[in-house]
Amino acid sequence: MEQPALLEMRHISKEFPGVKALDDVSLTVRPGTVHALMGENGAGKSTLMKCLFGIYHKDGGEIVLDGKPVDFRSSKEALENGVAMVHQELNQALTRSVQDNLWLGRYPTVAGGLMVSEKIMSRRTQEIFRELEVTVDPKAIMSTMPVSQRQMVEIAKAVSYDSKIIVFDEPTSSLTETEVEHLFRIINMLRDRGCGIIYISHKMEEILRISDDVTIMRDGQWVATRPAAELTMDEIIRLMVGRELTSRFPPKSNKQGDVILEVQGMSGRYTRLKEASFQLRKGEILGIAGLDGSGRTEVLENLFGVMTREGGSIKLHGAQIENRTPREAIKNGFALLTEERRATGIFGIRNIRENTVISNLKSYLMGGICLSDKKMKEDTDWSIQAMRIKTPSQSTEIRSLSGGNQQKVIIGRWLLTKPEILLLDEPTRGIDVGAKYEIYQLIINLANEGKGIIMVSSEMPELLGVCDRILVMSGGRLAGEVNAAETSQEEILTLAAKYV
Amino acid sequence: MSKESKDLAAKAQWDSKRVLSLVVNNALMIIMIIAAIAIAIVNPNFVSASSIVNIISQTAAYLPAALGIAGCIVLTGTDLSAGRAVGLTACISASLLQVAGSASKMWPNIGTLPIPVVILIAMAIGAVIGAFNGFFVGKFKLHPFIVTLGTQLILYTILLLYVKMGNNGGMAISNLDESYNSFVKGSILPKIAGQTIPNYVIFAILLTALMWFIWNKTTFGKNMFALGSNEEAARVSGVNVLMTTIMVFSLAGAMYGFTGFIEGARIGSNTANTGLNYELDAIAACVIGGVSFVGGIGKISGIVIGVLMLRLIFIGLTMANINQDLQYLIKGGIILFACALDMRKYLVKK
Repeated sequence: MEQPALLEMRHISKEFPGVKALDDVSLTVRPGTVHALMGENGAGKSTLMKCLFGIYHKDGGEIVLDGKPVDFRSSKEALENGVAMVHQELNQALTRSVQDNLWLGRYPTVAGGLMVSEKIMSRRTQEIFRELEVTVDPKAIMSTMPVSQRQMVEIAKAVSYDSKIIVFDEPTSSLTETEVEHLFRIINMLRDRGCGIIYISHKMEEILRISDDVTIMRDGQWVATRPAAELTMDEIIRLMVGRELTSRFPPKSNKQGDVILEVQGMSGRYTRLKEASFQLRKGEILGIAGLDGSGRTEVLENLFGVMTREGGSIKLHGAQIENRTPREAIKNGFALLTEERRATGIFGIRNIRENTVISNLKSYLMGGICLSDKKMKEDTDWSIQAMRIKTPSQSTEIRSLSGGNQQKVIIGRWLLTKPEILLLDEPTRGIDVGAKYEIYQLIINLANEGKGIIMVSSEMPELLGVCDRILVMSGGRLAGEVNAAETSQEEILTLAAKYV
Repeated sequence: MSKESKDLAAKAQWDSKRVLSLVVNNALMIIMIIAAIAIAIVNPNFVSASSIVNIISQTAAYLPAALGIAGCIVLTGTDLSAGRAVGLTACISASLLQVAGSASKMWPNIGTLPIPVVILIAMAIGAVIGAFNGFFVGKFKLHPFIVTLGTQLILYTILLLYVKMGNNGGMAISNLDESYNSFVKGSILPKIAGQTIPNYVIFAILLTALMWFIWNKTTFGKNMFALGSNEEAARVSGVNVLMTTIMVFSLAGAMYGFTGFIEGARIGSNTANTGLNYELDAIAACVIGGVSFVGGIGKISGIVIGVLMLRLIFIGLTMANINQDLQYLIKGGIILFACALDMRKYLVKK
């Protein structure tokens, strides 16, 4: 390539005790291009970026920025040298205002640095927002704003550093489609200015649309760098997984039986769910689609007693049940895999065994007092085998496992309570392609065993590929119901926009 | 028509809901004001000029420590060492400002030091104690509760040893120089309604203004709030987390030092028990004033109101002839009530 590179990371290596996290990885970003970085979770994308930012100290290799070798010791140093990052997990001071967050770490001062100038801060914030067409009140307190707006603030912040290199780490995970278009406009603008963009995402459609080059990593190693124009989705998957994935979804074999669950007019007291009615059959996989904030999660959490119901009835095998609290729901044979695995799913610093048995402790009681280590060990062994969890041992801290394996541990946890109805909220979020397939297989197997499954997902292909029927939520209401085998993405999207 | 009336009804309901939440969120203030009015009815002297000046003076005495500790609470921390730091700096201030030539003078070889020097010494000692706390909190990521519990005990030993030093031999440090007494308890203000307003009220006002400026107008203040709100966000934005933590605790320490200097003269007879449990009153005042243990939230005006309310109640209880033994029960109740109300604002109903 005749253009000189803006950023070159050459032969970067990083070792953690027992793991080679990065092994001779190179990445070259040209000015005025978007360079996508892809790989399964645990492939080393984040580690590579953390080495760039000085959050981790690299063991080997060199980084050249604009022709000069650099070695940042902190994110502050990286920012000052024109390298900024939009973090995947929103790192914001929620009790503070938008502009306080935007200028955090570099407040404009007057009076010889003694005083922060709100005036300059406010003016610059408005300038940036105008330039990026962001419509957010600079004085609004962060915690009062929806996640997508907070994400736009984070993006504006990265842009405001006048950076030469901007890293976007999964920026679209909480954005609606209109906002994604907005983000792409911003990225194109930055590209035209000559910035180098590193774009990390799992969403292949996005990658193929927005990026110029694609680098693919696997197991801490560089696999390939190709122009995006020469790649197809299947090719990317093949490079990421390292083997052919003949299909993204396993064949469906579940058979439906009688109606087991009947929900009539369910509404939330504090949440926006209104008058949802539906049925679930034995052995059926029922999908719930909808945009973010449409009330998908609310259906599951109202059903499970996490949220307070305002009205409506739930009938299990024709008998009225209440499910006022999760405890009651579990007794009635429900299980809920929550949306935010790290926040409400795993007990990060506890080990696999404790994470596995936590919902089922009373069945390990001996004489009603003491827990049987032997039984807990057996059940955990069963879960590790049945779910095919990759872990060194039962006493490994769960946070050290990959997202997919953590998810399997939690599914295993719930299966031990012998549930009849499984509520799965985004079961494959933040899980890599290979592991997703295994989760789909697990879900289909469970339906085969006669469990009723309700599954919420924001990925439409996944709903179409795995579910039998799909309920579409819109603005807190049930907008329609479609047969997964006959519907199309277009039909679902139309329904999802019905009450917006 | 029916739709309109429905809308109206919905609006009215929303309004009554809002009024209710307004009342609940300010319940503590409302109760305290009602209590103050009730006390004034039982004992009209409560609203006499002398009583009001007394309330204001006591508020001024307790305010600096509360302003300091509030910063630690904004960082989701606390500071249990405040009381002992006040005690130590009070004893040191008093010992350096005893009447020259008096037989019980702790350090006979040192004359009476100039007052500004003693203020600086007291605040510097406080700042060093605070920096010590802040270093352990920021560097080793220990919970401030643990760090300051340790410091509190360490300071007590230092205090016990200090009062036995020199000629003092464990006696109460008194016989203070007149310049010290008049600097703190005297008044440069004209009498208002026949009442003297002591100088330490003026000092408290100046410190409040200074702290307001630091909290709201400086980079350090904004960094402190950001850090309390989300440490990781502050770190990736380039804030020096360790230094900010040390400075917050250190500033708090300087405030305890100043409180110690004031208390030395205000109490007049200083022992190893001076300052005991000051931190509890200061923390209670902050909580009442809306400085949240959730972190990143708090206002200087809230702290002033918190300290004032607490003093109002204590002085009121005495004047209403309520059994003194009950005061701790009331204090405890207020703290629990205030915290529960505070958390209610941050709980999201599902």
